[in-house]
Amino acid sequence: MATSHKVGTVDEIPLGEGRNFDLPGHRIAVFRGRDGRVFATQSECPHRGGPLADGLLGDGALVCPLHEWRFDLTTGATENGACPIEIYRTSVADDGSISVELPTVAIRVGPLANEGDRHPPAPRAKA
Amino acid sequence: MTGSNTNGTNGTHGARGKRRLVVIGNGMAGARTVEEILARGGGELFDIVMFGDEPYGNYNRILLSNVVSGVQDPSEIFLNSLPWYEANGIKLHAGVRVTKIDRLTGQVFGEGGVVEPYDKLIIATGSRAFVPPIKGAHDADGRLRPGLFTFRTLDDCHAIMAAATQATEGERRVRAAVIGGGLLGLEAARGLINHGCEVHVIHLSTHLMNMQLDPAAGAILRSSMEAMGVTLHLGALTAGVLGEDRVTGLAFRDDTTLECDMVVISAGIQPNTSLAAECGLTVERGIVVDNHMRSPDDHDVYVVGECAQHRGVTYGLVAPLWEQAKVLADHITDRNPNAMYMGSKLATKLKVMGIELASMGVPEPAGAEDEVVLFSEPRRGRYKKLIIRNGRLVGAIMLGDLDKVAYLTQAFDRNSPLPEERLELLFDLGTPGKKVTLDEMPVDAQVCNCNGVSKGAIGACVGGGRRTPKLVMEATRAGMGCGSCKGLVTELVTWFCGGQVDDDPTAHYYVPTIPMNKKELTEAIRARGITSVSDIFNELGDGHVDPGAKPALASLLSVVWKGQHQEERDARFINDRVHGNIQKDGTFSVVPEMPGGICQPDELRRIADVADKYRVPLVKLTGGQRIDLVGVKKEDLPDVWRDLGMPAGFAWGKSYRTCKSCIGSEYCRYGLGDSMDLAVKIERRFRGLESPGKLKLATAGCPRNCSEALVKDVGAVAVEGGKWEIYVGGAAGSHIRKGDLLCVVDSHDDVLRLGGRFIQYYRENAKYKERTYTFVERIGIERLRAIIVDDSEKLAAELDRALDESARATKDPWLERDVPATVNQFRSALPVVTDR
Repeated sequence: MATSHKVGTVDEIPLGEGRNFDLPGHRIAVFRGRDGRVFATQSECPHRGGPLADGLLGDGALVCPLHEWRFDLTTGATENGACPIEIYRTSVADDGSISVELPTVAIRVGPLANEGDRHPPAPRAKA
Repeated sequence: MTGSNTNGTNGTHGARGKRRLVVIGNGMAGARTVEEILARGGGELFDIVMFGDEPYGNYNRILLSNVVSGVQDPSEIFLNSLPWYEANGIKLHAGVRVTKIDRLTGQVFGEGGVVEPYDKLIIATGSRAFVPPIKGAHDADGRLRPGLFTFRTLDDCHAIMAAATQATEGERRVRAAVIGGGLLGLEAARGLINHGCEVHVIHLSTHLMNMQLDPAAGAILRSSMEAMGVTLHLGALTAGVLGEDRVTGLAFRDDTTLECDMVVISAGIQPNTSLAAECGLTVERGIVVDNHMRSPDDHDVYVVGECAQHRGVTYGLVAPLWEQAKVLADHITDRNPNAMYMGSKLATKLKVMGIELASMGVPEPAGAEDEVVLFSEPRRGRYKKLIIRNGRLVGAIMLGDLDKVAYLTQAFDRNSPLPEERLELLFDLGTPGKKVTLDEMPVDAQVCNCNGVSKGAIGACVGGGRRTPKLVMEATRAGMGCGSCKGLVTELVTWFCGGQVDDDPTAHYYVPTIPMNKKELTEAIRARGITSVSDIFNELGDGHVDPGAKPALASLLSVVWKGQHQEERDARFINDRVHGNIQKDGTFSVVPEMPGGICQPDELRRIADVADKYRVPLVKLTGGQRIDLVGVKKEDLPDVWRDLGMPAGFAWGKSYRTCKSCIGSEYCRYGLGDSMDLAVKIERRFRGLESPGKLKLATAGCPRNCSEALVKDVGAVAVEGGKWEIYVGGAAGSHIRKGDLLCVVDSHDDVLRLGGRFIQYYRENAKYKERTYTFVERIGIERLRAIIVDDSEKLAAELDRALDESARATKDPWLERDVPATVNQFRSALPVVTDR
């Protein structure tokens, strides 16, 4: 089951970049492509916890800023097949507001991620 | 990925029916050519049929000597096993010999009534062992007499090994003679020694490997072979084979004889051309081809490999064959109808255990103008000889020590300029210890220390079909950290590929998805007036945005338009979006400008106050004589900058970084020049300039060099007489290199002018991420000096003007604290709608 969450509007994200959004108990990264597509992913890179929202965005592809791991934003897969990221379905309304579908079951248990939280969570273990 | 190529059919069968491609020959050339064709979408264009003489899939013939010497099992040398053909939809007639080509009807006839029609034909019949005219070598049916062997196929290997281990009277050792002391003959001899044989090599010339070596090297090789237990008969011409039923010995022209139990003939190869000659194609030594690897007589017939003769030359090594296969595939699939083969340069290595020998190009100088660099130490089996023409390597023999071979092979292949210090070409100077060889390196040895990639992982990756250094690096991430192991990774990939790496055209592109080098790309950007990264993808690429390429393109635009391009912030790496260096926890480091490492007390106080106020976890002095506030939250960056009240120090980007200096003449009792003042001028002049790689500079007030100016991208060293030496291309990071002396000048202004001119030339011509230490070696200091100092190409005025304009366009990016460049520029996370 998935639940739809309104997170913000496209205007809040610079064209071609990503920003984190803090949902209760869950931080996600949302990307606004220059081609108009909007993607949502988990916020940290599965490799070393890098902030994916600070990555480089291309046509449906993302490069993490820390060690240049590259992800397919439609499937979440990495180039080398290891450690895919979670991708959440998004939709954009006419007024530019973005909705993200998250699994109803909380994915992460842990402290609420606050704005400006300086200590990122530990790297996610490989599935 | 480039999109599907829809104009790629040039045939008469239209889009629906595939054309028929028949390939005669399933050796290394035939199979590789088919692989190349498949890689270019040829499976969609052609129904492919292959004929192979041997009843196997395709194997790596180069490794046959390893099979004979017992180093490798035959099963290890297969390249494409039979299921590969099936999986790729190829019909393989294995073990079927082709008897006739009928060009009139477009049909190929094989033994056993096989007939295959073709639209396009590839002849890859290769060559066979050349058997010199020796009396009694053949029996009445024209077959080699029992006990005589050629050394060309897997079956030959099996037969040779069986004979080498045959039972003898009184259990004495099998005595084997090898006719031919060339590359293959010596490899066979070594293999026979491993099987316990007494081995004699008979060679017509007076020195071994006379095609590749000069007499001196041949003599040293001879000693090494003799030390291994091989008996050599040089200058000996075999006249006849002795024995009734089977071989019992050889007779020579000078009437001497040699008793032996077996003879391996390894006297060269002969192209298989009879099929081609019989169907009327032009045949000389090989089957004649044009630059597209086509027969000039029939444009539906291509020829590739050892049977092909291009511009009068036939090749017997593997590298040329790979090059031919690519050209053929480009042309036949219409992927690049202009693809042309221009001939190959020859380099080879002897694979004899216990002997290290590599040779390339010519063994002797052609005339007095050719420069010869020679080192000879016969007692230890070492001999190194280089032949240099116009500053480029045209020939090399390296015996007994292959340390520099990878570098030399590259210089030879690319015809690149050689360093002036010729000694460096022969030896690694001033580097500690001898590296372990690739063979000796344990499988679990860590090659890439940044990403933890072992030799074994690289091997597995190559085995999985990624056969270029770039593909392996992308897949394993080896070499993608600090990059210092890239050379080693490249060597290992080559080693695992048995020397046959795939050429990677994208290696020459500025960014992988746009097929242009930097010069072409720069010209296209100028000609079309493109000012944004998005427009480059749209107008020069296929519209696809490659995220990894964005920063490289943004950097190029900034250089081309001298800072007046249309900035798209999303094309920038995060460091250049928020003007700090991202740390492993997602925080940033803040480094204010501090020219020459000189700071004022009130600046220090403000820095301390900021560190307290924003709870900065770490305050550290950097290697570039700055103060680094490490661990600043993205949200705090604008306030930190405001409170510091100092300009940005550009410590995060591919740009001018710092200029270190020593105390200089003002206080130091040894100082000869004012290095501090010069460093301040340098920083004021170059700060904020984007460049292909980072630029770290230093000034030293005397040759004691306390500020390490000799190992900087640009360094200025004061010398007696009020002069300054300018060094370029130094490095002291993952790579260590002393800079090359560009020139000696008289004043600070000259350092700024000529150093700046060098920087601008580097900005315009270096590849993205190419540091000056690679760039200077690639261009060559002599050429750089000619351009920068002597203005040999009349570029100086334009370089100076471009640098000036670019420098004037830079601004302090920390002013974005008041005027953000993008919405939420310094926010790392936003609250969701329902919270507001």
